Amino acid sequence: MGAGHAHRLYRHGHSPVHRLPPHCKLAAVFAFVIIVVSTPRESMWAFGLYAVLLAAVATAARIPAAFLLKRLLIEVPFVAFAVLMPFVVPGEQVHVLGLSLSEPGLWGAWNVLAKGTLGVGASVILASTTELRELLLGLQRLKLPPLLVQIASFMIRYGDVITDEMRRMSIARRSRGFEAKGIRHWGVLGKTAGALFIRSYERGERVHLAMVSRGYAGSMPVIDEVTASREQWTYAAALPVAALFICLLGWTL
Amino acid sequence: MTTAPQPPSLEVSGLAYAYPDGHQALFGVGLTVGRGERVALLGPNGAGKTTLVLHLNGILTGGAGTVTVAGLPVAKANLAEIRRRVGIVFQDPDDQLFMPTVREDVAFGPAAAGMRGAELEARVHKALALVGMEEYANRPPHHLSFGQRRRVAVATVLAMEPEILVLDEPSSNLDPASRRELADILRSLDVTVLMVTHDLPYALELCPRAVILSDGVIVADAPTRDLLSDDELMRSHRLELPFGFDPRTTTV
Ligand SMILES: Nc1ncnc2c1ncn2[C@@H]1O[C@H](COP(=O)(O)OP(=O)(O)O)[C@@H](O)[C@H]1O
Ligand SMILES: [Mg+2]
Repeated sequence: MGAGHAHRLYRHGHSPVHRLPPHCKLAAVFAFVIIVVSTPRESMWAFGLYAVLLAAVATAARIPAAFLLKRLLIEVPFVAFAVLMPFVVPGEQVHVLGLSLSEPGLWGAWNVLAKGTLGVGASVILASTTELRELLLGLQRLKLPPLLVQIASFMIRYGDVITDEMRRMSIARRSRGFEAKGIRHWGVLGKTAGALFIRSYERGERVHLAMVSRGYAGSMPVIDEVTASREQWTYAAALPVAALFICLLGWTL
Repeated sequence: MTTAPQPPSLEVSGLAYAYPDGHQALFGVGLTVGRGERVALLGPNGAGKTTLVLHLNGILTGGAGTVTVAGLPVAKANLAEIRRRVGIVFQDPDDQLFMPTVREDVAFGPAAAGMRGAELEARVHKALALVGMEEYANRPPHHLSFGQRRRVAVATVLAMEPEILVLDEPSSNLDPASRRELADILRSLDVTVLMVTHDLPYALELCPRAVILSDGVIVADAPTRDLLSDDELMRSHRLELPFGFDPRTTTV
């Protein structure tokens, strides 16, 4: 695959996890997350085991722990509200360090934090070992609606073109003595956004013309056939199968 | 035994077209381009050049007249084959290169026609080699220089092994070195070329024959040097030679 669009989450490497076909990894992560979410929150030990599983995958992918933990921080804004739950959820109160906390609230917070962190952890490992381009091929292979995959690939291709156009318009604005300083100038920025939209729309029309001219008839042709062998599927399945085992234990114990 | 004469690469006759808003852009265009010829299509802005080009692969249809590509009429039933036979290189390479990598972009046309695997890979390499861009196969198009993007745009249509290559303003925005490199590439190709251009020296350099489209009709069709040397004709169709350029004394 191309050296092309390395995104910031991606960590170049040659581990067995990097080499797995993208759709195997996507399917494995998806199954893992579903299993984690359906585990009863009372089985706290199960979540500990899930974390051990992820740590094993990260080791196989040769991702350093520090790298993984730093990437995990992106979940902070999303789970912040979990911290509030013990204070606001009504229910039986327990006293910890002189604070009065609600028991259902504590369970709720634990539930969100544990499952959220595991889900983000699995996704971070996926993103660190798979290029954006490959992810799209994987999604296409997994029969995601083709329109969604096409939109995503056009976003990668034209993101920079449009950013560039935006920058040129900003330079043109500033060359004529305009600096956006306050609310009074938002009108001008709004007009710029409108002009940008029109330019992008017209570009879309021209791109469509170029696509039709090369035989596009509504669906993207398959250029890279991503295929997976039985061993690769088995290897990728190790994570969700182990997780499923833990989950079933959690329900029966 | 007699062999049937090869049909010309392109045959346009009596082509007239009005845009849906009523503006008539073409008034009975007739043009024949033989196999292997390189023809320049000259004409002032608004003459109808782009409108004509969009008829060649059936993007615009519905007016009067006919277009035939190597004997195959442009009609709804033949569109897929027509679009494989007519390779149009549009003016802005950013419109032409819409895939995440050069390789996938060049593969798009043949893959859309159903080609897969090793055959597709070989086709991509051949097309990139023709324009000298093999090393860039895995790069995203926006990391290339403008001249390189134009060359890749040419490769994207060469990959379809077209009967005729149609270029809309191929030399626009190119620096002199890229302009010369593109000329060398175009000259080395063994394919029929129709080149829409304002760049008259470029037309003289590359195309032995030129036609002038003005106000929706072909008003002249002659060896390029003769056309460019006809001051009266050039002036009356708003075609101006660059300062200091004399087609009579320039050797190609
Ligand atoms: N989409 C359109 N709708 C209406 N009129 C158009 C459209 N596109 C082009 N025209 C008109 O048709 C004429 C020919 O345009 P065009 O083929 O683009 O000229 P050229 O490429 O030679 O500069 C022009 O007068 C132009 O204004
Ligand atoms: Mg034009």
